[in-house]
Amino acid sequence: MTEESFEPKIVGFLCNWCSYAGADLAGTSRTKYKPNVRVIRVMCSGRVDPLFVLKAFEKGADGVLIAGCHPGDCHYMSGNYKTRRRMELMRRMLEQFGINPERLRLEWVSAAEGARFAHVVNDMTEKIRELGPSPINGGATDE
Amino acid sequence: MSKPKIAFYWAGSCGGCEVAVVDLGEKIYDVVDAFDIVFWPVAIDTKYDDIRNLEDGEIEVCFFNGCIRNEENEEIARLLRQKSKVMIAFGSCSHLGGIPGLGNLSSRDETLDYVYRKTPVSGNEGGTMPCTTCVKDGNTIDLPALRTEVSALNDVVDVDYYIPGCPPPLPVIEGAVAALMNGELPRKGAVLSTEKTVCDECDKEKRKKMVGKARRIYDDDVDPSRCLLEQGIPCMGPATRGGCEAACPSANMPCTGCMGPPPASQEQGSRMVTAITSLIGVENEREATAEEVAEALASLRDPVGFFYMYSLPTSFLKRRYNDE
Repeated sequence: MTEESFEPKIVGFLCNWCSYAGADLAGTSRTKYKPNVRVIRVMCSGRVDPLFVLKAFEKGADGVLIAGCHPGDCHYMSGNYKTRRRMELMRRMLEQFGINPERLRLEWVSAAEGARFAHVVNDMTEKIRELGPSPINGGATDE
Repeated sequence: MSKPKIAFYWAGSCGGCEVAVVDLGEKIYDVVDAFDIVFWPVAIDTKYDDIRNLEDGEIEVCFFNGCIRNEENEEIARLLRQKSKVMIAFGSCSHLGGIPGLGNLSSRDETLDYVYRKTPVSGNEGGTMPCTTCVKDGNTIDLPALRTEVSALNDVVDVDYYIPGCPPPLPVIEGAVAALMNGELPRKGAVLSTEKTVCDECDKEKRKKMVGKARRIYDDDVDPSRCLLEQGIPCMGPATRGGCEAACPSANMPCTGCMGPPPASQEQGSRMVTAITSLIGVENEREATAEEVAEALASLRDPVGFFYMYSLPTSFLKRRYNDE
């Protein structure tokens, strides 16, 4: 795949209460942003089992984005703290697997931060584009 | 009427599984009474041709231990599959890839280079490297090549049952042998052990207490009556199938995960991430910055090597990648 034709496939897990609403705001505000993130709504970023991340990579994702409420703002009090610990460990593990840890990104996006959501998606898409296709399973398929 | 035939084979393994079979003690006579052992390289003098000369499916049950590390392992796995009615992966290596599976964190060339050139005890001044063909006195000797990666048995052949453990604990082997002799085997693909986790079988006291950092077992102040994980000692209990009666934690050593993932879980590493991060780094998390959280978790050494000590080749990511 040539560099110009490579479109990163990013799986985004967004929490229902903050980040999904933030993405919604970006949409209703008609903010333009890259179409590379496939959004999956979860009730809380703490619902994202590390298995989901591995599975996304195994199925050919070039990057995984997890977005949740800012620390202190979790609808369920502590879900985002759990995610922060898990994803920190996951990033270290990806590094040991020889996978660039930047392919896994954790961001805090509140319901009011539509512009920030757009920025995060654009920024991550460009970073992953620079990294190139995921080395796992020969990269993404066109399904 | 002749007795049904059984076979034992060791592929890429240490021989511990063979010792576990011998550990059956006098019960092995029951096995010998009921079955005819046609192939067991470690114990009886048989050749590969003895197996090649059998009819397809003539062996009733084959117990296969060891991972698939070289071409010979793979060839014999295929041969035994063809000749056996029931193929049982015996022990962690054939079940999950086992400790040799950690070799998938290095490339084949790195492994060979390290083993033959770089270890302090290599003593290989001429830099001789293993090759697959050797001519000596006009005779050609062929040796099996090392595969580029380690695989579990079911990556190369169809496997009917799995007996987990490194080596499989005696009660698990006895249970499996009894089921086999009474014709009470479960559905195909079953792991012949309990459905519980090691934690379920461990009788250490659990207080649901968080810790700031991971510790090592040789640190002082380890209370043997309490859960090791809750004292900050990484223990694979929550992510590991039981059947061993928590042998390691009972001896105050953390579980290392040899029995593989429990039935409700697809792989051990991700499950262990969830388990361990619900304990380590939780103290004062609300005031902590992301860097402080990272520092607390950095006390946990070599997470991939520990979480996937026995199951790397059958995990989701399977091996190391090269992501520039």
